[in-house]
Amino acid sequence: MRWLTSPATETQVTHGQRLWLYVLSVVIMILLVVPTLIVIPMSFSDSQYLEFPPETWSTRWYQNYFGSAEWMLATRTSLKVAFLTMLVATPIGVLAAYGLHASQVAFVRIAFVLLITPMMVPIVLIAVGAFYAYVKLQILYTVTGLVLAHTVLALPLVVIVTGAALKGYDMSQEQAARSLGAPRWRAFLTVTLPQIKFAVVTSALLSFLTSFDEVIVAMFISGGDNPTLTRNMFNALRDQIDPTIASISTIMVLVTTGAMVLAQVFGQQRK
Amino acid sequence: MWQAAGPATGKEKDRVLSTANTQALPISVSHVTKTYGAVHALDDVSLEIESGEFLTLLGPSGSGKTTLLMVLAGFTRPDHGSLKFGDREVIRTPPHLRDVGMTFQSYALFPHMSVAGNVGYPLRLRNVPKAEIAERVAGALETVQLGGFGERRIDQLSGGQRQRVAVARAIVFEPRILLMDEPLSALDKKLRDQMQIELRSLHEKLGMTTVYVTHDQREALTMSDRIAVVNHGRIMQLATPRDLYEKPANRFVADFIGDSTFLPVTRRGQQIVFEDQPLNHAAPAPEAPSLLLMARPERIHLLTGTPQERMNTFEAVAQQVIYQGDSYLLNAQLHNGEIMSLRGAVRQGTVDGLPSEGDRIRLGLAPEDTVIIDGRES
Ligand SMILES: Nc1ncnc2c1ncn2[C@@H]1O[C@H](COP(=O)(O)OP(=O)(O)O)[C@@H](O)[C@H]1O
Ligand SMILES: [Mg+2]
Repeated sequence: MRWLTSPATETQVTHGQRLWLYVLSVVIMILLVVPTLIVIPMSFSDSQYLEFPPETWSTRWYQNYFGSAEWMLATRTSLKVAFLTMLVATPIGVLAAYGLHASQVAFVRIAFVLLITPMMVPIVLIAVGAFYAYVKLQILYTVTGLVLAHTVLALPLVVIVTGAALKGYDMSQEQAARSLGAPRWRAFLTVTLPQIKFAVVTSALLSFLTSFDEVIVAMFISGGDNPTLTRNMFNALRDQIDPTIASISTIMVLVTTGAMVLAQVFGQQRK
Repeated sequence: MWQAAGPATGKEKDRVLSTANTQALPISVSHVTKTYGAVHALDDVSLEIESGEFLTLLGPSGSGKTTLLMVLAGFTRPDHGSLKFGDREVIRTPPHLRDVGMTFQSYALFPHMSVAGNVGYPLRLRNVPKAEIAERVAGALETVQLGGFGERRIDQLSGGQRQRVAVARAIVFEPRILLMDEPLSALDKKLRDQMQIELRSLHEKLGMTTVYVTHDQREALTMSDRIAVVNHGRIMQLATPRDLYEKPANRFVADFIGDSTFLPVTRRGQQIVFEDQPLNHAAPAPEAPSLLLMARPERIHLLTGTPQERMNTFEAVAQQVIYQGDSYLLNAQLHNGEIMSLRGAVRQGTVDGLPSEGDRIRLGLAPEDTVIIDGRES
């Protein structure tokens, strides 16, 4: 084939010489995606047990999920907490990133490290810490408690994504706006924010997902009237293997992928 | 030129900015100091800028020009000192209340707005009615020769056009003070020369007090009413372009503006002598511990016959002749080893007939061009 001997790059490496790389990449991509996708056929099984590949097909496990008050409560909690986390983490994180970017004081570096600590420490530590703190504060098993904890987890992402966008932004534009008569907040809203809006939208979606997918912290501080979907799934898997899990997983994969695609689309438009 | 080419219709004329409501303000800077760690970005700077004046801050990179401009605009708060626009003390006034037009080295145009959006921005902030905004934006664009460019996107403009948009945006709200930080440094030479003239005539037309920053001495000489030469955060000399060139206050200024040869001279009684040779000089010599004779290359004569009366003459040995297109440069070594450079016009497209290397020659310097300056660097 001509294609194999044609150059793949400007350095004259041919596609043939690159073949091993292409194969490796495809294998890695399959390994990344298959464990996620395997739940989809499993969710349409008619069997009592989780089964792959399914022998008979049905949608009974979807009916079971949508018919269950318990699962619906957990779904509502998860969506509510994820949405509120997004609303809280995004503005705080964007303002923090802006402050870190605009400020010249030495404390900035310490503040940055503090803000991204939740990303670096084992999440179980945060979970245990939050549990004991929430018992004292009497906000265990509340939406407030969950939103606070998830905001802590989402902030590093918002700060990093927005901070990266600000690095490519010329702050003298904001000075120009201020010299033209805009108070600082107005210069930020009318000149800076419109130019980093894709990073802000991406940050918001990532905050939503951080909360929606989170299980470890939720295991400790959700429950009672406010169990999250992930917590209930985890418990269900531990107690009995129920194909309802597969149908919920499928729905979650769709929600998550949808959000990621949205984030990508917004990211692309930056150009 | 900023004026529209061809005859403007009556309507167009009305849209062009008028001087009538632009009253200029004097600026008074006194004892302003700004340090960054050990660096004195501004070191006790005092400066009176007259109403309607075009004043240029000229100095090498890192001398503190931008810092001073940022103090005027309100983005940098000095450690101490005072700043007055007219009678009003503004050192504590935030930038958006100073009513100062400013252009930035990077232009700082807003890429998410059209040209008209950019120019209309300061007017929208001031809640000017929509129809009036459109009219004034069109007028400002007309003034900078960009009539009809309102709908363009910023990334569709060339560097020179961006600069014009930045200027239009800075003048559309008729500020009484205009600050410009190296506005032409990103343009190529031809366009830069043209824009210098345009900016200067715009200033003549609008009459606002203008503080202009550049590190290009020729640009400063071309455009300014007065020039403040800045070095290490201090003003070395504040003078008209002519005085700066003819009577530099010290060696730094003389060296920074134009080319010159410096010869060490001493005071002997009433006379200034170079190597035992008394010099005739028109202007009095300054009182300073060390003195230099400053000789501009284009003022030195290559003597053939008898020199004019009172002309200072120097025996020298010719070195190489450098052809530079519009002129030639002849280096000559005096007998104490100093090199004197002489610049002359190239005639008939040739430098033949000039002394060749090793020839003994005589150089002449008129008393008016024999300038004795303070030999210190600052
Ligand atoms: N934000 C800052 N932090 C630290 N040093 C600064 C800052 N701004 C300016 N300086 C220093 O102050 C001096 C003057 O800078 P600047 O005013 O930008 O010079 P110019 O505009 O004449 O090139 C330089 O030595 C520069 O390094
Ligand atoms: Mg500068």
